[in-house]
Amino acid sequence: MSKLSKEDVLKLAKLARLELDQSEIEVYRSELSQILEYVEQLQTVNTDDLLPTNQVTGLVNVSRKDKIKNYGYQPHDLLNNVPRVKDDQIQVNRMVE
Amino acid sequence: MKIQQWEPIDRLASKVNSGQLKAIDLVNKSLALIQQHKEYDAIISTLEQNAISRALFIDQQIKEGNNQGLLAGVPFIAKDNFLVFGADTTAASNILRGFRPPYQATIINKLEQQGAICVAKANMDAFAHGASTENSDFFITKNPYDKTRVPGGSSGGSAAAVALSLAPFALGTDTGGSIRQPASFCGVYGLKPTYGLVSRSGVIAMGSSLDCIGPITSRVSDAGIILGIISGPDELDSTTIQKDPQGYKVKDFKLRGVKIGIVQQYMSDGVDPQIKKAINQTLSQLKKHGAIISTIDLPSVDLALACYYIICPAEVSSNLSRYDGQRFGYSYPNAEDLYTSYLKSRGKGFSKEAKRRIMIGTHVLSSGYYDAYYKKAQTVRTKLINEFNQAFLESDFLVGPVAPTTAFKIGQHVNNPLEMYLSDIMTVAANLVGIPAASIPIGFDDKNLPIGLQLMAPQTKDHSLLLLSKSIEELIK
Repeated sequence: MSKLSKEDVLKLAKLARLELDQSEIEVYRSELSQILEYVEQLQTVNTDDLLPTNQVTGLVNVSRKDKIKNYGYQPHDLLNNVPRVKDDQIQVNRMVE
Repeated sequence: MKIQQWEPIDRLASKVNSGQLKAIDLVNKSLALIQQHKEYDAIISTLEQNAISRALFIDQQIKEGNNQGLLAGVPFIAKDNFLVFGADTTAASNILRGFRPPYQATIINKLEQQGAICVAKANMDAFAHGASTENSDFFITKNPYDKTRVPGGSSGGSAAAVALSLAPFALGTDTGGSIRQPASFCGVYGLKPTYGLVSRSGVIAMGSSLDCIGPITSRVSDAGIILGIISGPDELDSTTIQKDPQGYKVKDFKLRGVKIGIVQQYMSDGVDPQIKKAINQTLSQLKKHGAIISTIDLPSVDLALACYYIICPAEVSSNLSRYDGQRFGYSYPNAEDLYTSYLKSRGKGFSKEAKRRIMIGTHVLSSGYYDAYYKKAQTVRTKLINEFNQAFLESDFLVGPVAPTTAFKIGQHVNNPLEMYLSDIMTVAANLVGIPAASIPIGFDDKNLPIGLQLMAPQTKDHSLLLLSKSIEELIK
């Protein structure tokens, strides 16, 4: 199950929104296969009667009052990092025809 | 390498508060040292302007009789994945080149409230993916003990900076060993606290169920003071836990009757014999002072690395999905539509290791593979936690090497990612289990490279871990 094909790599890259060039595809095919083969050693471990661990703090339902709080951020400080701004809005590329 | 030591940070602060030392002189000294040791490439950027104006403000306040806190005027260096005003925050990645943080990390605010001054940002593996700092998109940091070797990683710049005494302390992050392993390679003290003890708000996320923040220092007592300041609940990080009511100040510790378990699996044939020898010597010293040493069996601990390299990339793929080229970071300029903009911004913006981890993470989380990989790894994680809990019934502390070798050569593992991952083999378990762990220098190998000893304690026993560290520091002197 660990051996990835070229098509697998292309599918992963597409799911992950990463454009790869031709030379990268073969490198990742081999490297990812090797890494997956290594982590597959877990398949042989008996984990019957055990539940998965999602987090280790033991905290449950951490919540706060649903109140607006001012943390001192200015909209312009945030917009300063935006690649394309138009009328104080984030401009993105066309999504639909 | 000539180490010019700084005084303990509490002493520096009290001298600044009493007017005996000036904050501006400490900041200028640190900035001069950074300049002087540029050849090691430990630093990505300096915060000269901000640091100098903060120092002048602190000196003025003290002149007016206002105490400036526990770290008044003490300079420090933050790994470049901490959001700090006054410089770019890049996480050593091309995709974040030029990013100006609009807010600061909670713990930077906490340190500033106590008068500390951030003077520079340290180099790292991009997005903290790596064990050698060779994955920095900018340049490779050199080991202060041998310029042809790596400083370890991912907090390699922070560890090298402290080893070179560029500042009294540095901050690092540890997701799978990224504080402990570079601390060990550079001969300094590195502490990964209990998961949740230190807020991660304003620190660039890698693996959210594993990420911890901690100090890298040249002495144990400094780390205790820093942990006391940076720990505790934060409403901006809902994974934070209460701090120990007794605090983290380091004082004398009686070794008599303390039970220390050496992890059997960590002393295997794969570990450099010189490291094992140094560890055994330290343990026999501890025994002489009354500690009870035993061997502890953690049957599943060898699985920790495989478990980690499923869980960590899964969380990486999720955390790194925010770099989409639209709101911040690198954006491909000529995309015809949004989808192409994502593909090209991420494809060109991320470098090799980030892409590798994103794709592994995407694979192990994808439908059809989720149960076999991700859920299985989470369940093995439970098994590991159970084994550690069992071990801590018999031992107060667990010890072992930090890494199988001392600092390796630059370029030695770069062409084999799996080989590089194996550097983390003895450090990842503490992250999966969520316990505090530290690396303390205990000697040198025949190449004069530092050897570190890894110490682990049960969850929330960070104070005990610091106390044991302190007594080892005393023994080694």
